[in-house]
Amino acid sequence: MSAARRCRPPRALAGLFALRLRNTGVQQIRCPCVHLCRVGDRLITFQYFNFLKRMYVTQYNKDLSQQAKPKSNSTVSPFHELQQLDQERKVVCKISPISPVHQSWSETSSRSELRETKSAAETEDSLTPVGAEFKEDRQWKEMKLRLDDLPGILARLSKIKLTALVVSTASAGFAMAPVPFELTCFLLASLGTGLASCAANSINQFFEVPFDSNMNRTKNRPLVRGQISPLLAVCFAACCGIPGIVLLTLAVNPLTGALGALNIFLYTCCYTPLKRMSIANTWVGAVVGAIPPVMGWTAATGSLDAGALLLGGILYSWQFPHFNALSWGLREDYSRGGYCMMSVTHPGLCRRVALRHCLALIGLSTVAPVLDITTWTFPIISLPINLYISYLGFRFYRDADRSSSRKLFFCSLWHLPMLLLVMFTCKKSVLEKEDKGDLLGESHDRAMEIRLP
Amino acid sequence: MRIISELVTVVCFKVPSRLGIDSRLRRSSEAAAVLLRRCVCVSQGLGFRPPAHSHSDWIGPPDKHSNLRPVIFYVPPEESALERRLREARQEAQDSNQRFWARHNRAFRQEKEEFIYSRLKAKGLEMRDESGQKATLSAEEMADFYKDFLSKNFKKHLLYNRDWYKRNFTITFLMGQVALVRALRWLRPRKKNVEQ
Repeated sequence: MSAARRCRPPRALAGLFALRLRNTGVQQIRCPCVHLCRVGDRLITFQYFNFLKRMYVTQYNKDLSQQAKPKSNSTVSPFHELQQLDQERKVVCKISPISPVHQSWSETSSRSELRETKSAAETEDSLTPVGAEFKEDRQWKEMKLRLDDLPGILARLSKIKLTALVVSTASAGFAMAPVPFELTCFLLASLGTGLASCAANSINQFFEVPFDSNMNRTKNRPLVRGQISPLLAVCFAACCGIPGIVLLTLAVNPLTGALGALNIFLYTCCYTPLKRMSIANTWVGAVVGAIPPVMGWTAATGSLDAGALLLGGILYSWQFPHFNALSWGLREDYSRGGYCMMSVTHPGLCRRVALRHCLALIGLSTVAPVLDITTWTFPIISLPINLYISYLGFRFYRDADRSSSRKLFFCSLWHLPMLLLVMFTCKKSVLEKEDKGDLLGESHDRAMEIRLP
Repeated sequence: MRIISELVTVVCFKVPSRLGIDSRLRRSSEAAAVLLRRCVCVSQGLGFRPPAHSHSDWIGPPDKHSNLRPVIFYVPPEESALERRLREARQEAQDSNQRFWARHNRAFRQEKEEFIYSRLKAKGLEMRDESGQKATLSAEEMADFYKDFLSKNFKKHLLYNRDWYKRNFTITFLMGQVALVRALRWLRPRKKNVEQ
């Protein structure tokens, strides 16, 4: 994949796109697959395949070749790359076979080689060509809000993917509650949680504009790029947060509403400022992550049971291997940006805590059947995945290098959904307590079907 | 430069409107003010002039030292005192942020180079190896530097954070006030038309 392949540039392009042969400036012709630029008297083209890997057509000594840009050893967050991977998986760019370009066009091209920087290429949400995005980034833009851009901007402002994850953990909490399932309550609780999360994320971005500008992972956020004004961001947060909390309080129950409001407060007023003051922010952030499943449980049952606290505990413990592994690769950015993170100030503690909480997950999974939330198959079935993450946690503790931190981080991403899925499969239903035997058999069969990596 | 531009704004807009001077003179005054704004932008080293017909702010690419994006603020011909306060607050915040981050990032880069140099020297290695490539330290060796740099600048960051939060709240509050005043202004003429 990384070997350079010789190929003649597409002939069809000369006919498809009109090239204005002016000597001033750069002419760009937009196309979802191929991007043509003319800089002065040089013609440069590069194309990419969104769904595979970025490939660049470069010209050197009149020979055009296609190669994948070598991956640079930058400190860009693996989470950021994963977001990109998600993006790349979603884009289906069908590229039809193209024939070599007209010979005269290649003769007028220069012998220079085009290099694109990786940081310019990485964007959080862009679906346009890599080169076009880089060029747009270098241009001055009018700060005028366009209505058709607004949904995309608000999605990025509210960190829609993170919100989706938060809502799914809340749904897991709702599903695990030992009460008959009510669809309307479930939907209202999910909507309310989603709105509260959008509000909290928007306020977080509102507070962190100059810091986000200085970190590779966050430099393409809407407020940093001036796509939206701070006033609009605050109004959006208010329009999401207030209806969200009101919905939870009135349509679900006051306890869930209170938990939602508490979570918004913890995230915006405690976690965000604490990030720059003390390493305690990680523990506060873990509580913030633990509250949504508790909210789901209280939405279903109306009370804060031991089961809710256990689910919260599982999410709380999960945050540490997830975040500590992620932060290991961002030490330079955190140090320069002034963020107080364990990975920078107390690296030993960072790794110890990650390992400790991986082991705690095993313990908490064992407590689940004791509290009558799941059957005893749950700790048995979840043992392999818990042991695997603990093993990676141990490797991270021992080796303390980038590869072990990345492995632990990526493991945490599939570990949580799998654990929650297994938990739901092994859920002990209150109504079917008489059919305990059948239920055990059923869940056993289902559990056997789950393929573990 | 900014003082001159403010003076021109007063002379070109506020005075003619008070004296009731005709619109042709006002238009040429507006053109003069736009020209001056362009000169200010170029003199600030931003190297960009917003088009004359544009009535909005323009945001540029990230600065190479501070990584912050500069904004050229639009000065409307009939700017109210409140709008002027908002624009000035935003300009001051931008300048303050630019100064802080440019200085901070420069210090980071410099201290990082010094650290790498001292560590390589201690190991008996040169800054560049045989192939001419710059020698680097491993992430674990750099971790000492990152920890040290963070703790050295902790107080500086605390003061900056307080300043930034204050400015951010002030600017957003002023934006809210300006938006409210504009909305009321837009409603009042419509109300008058309805009453008539």
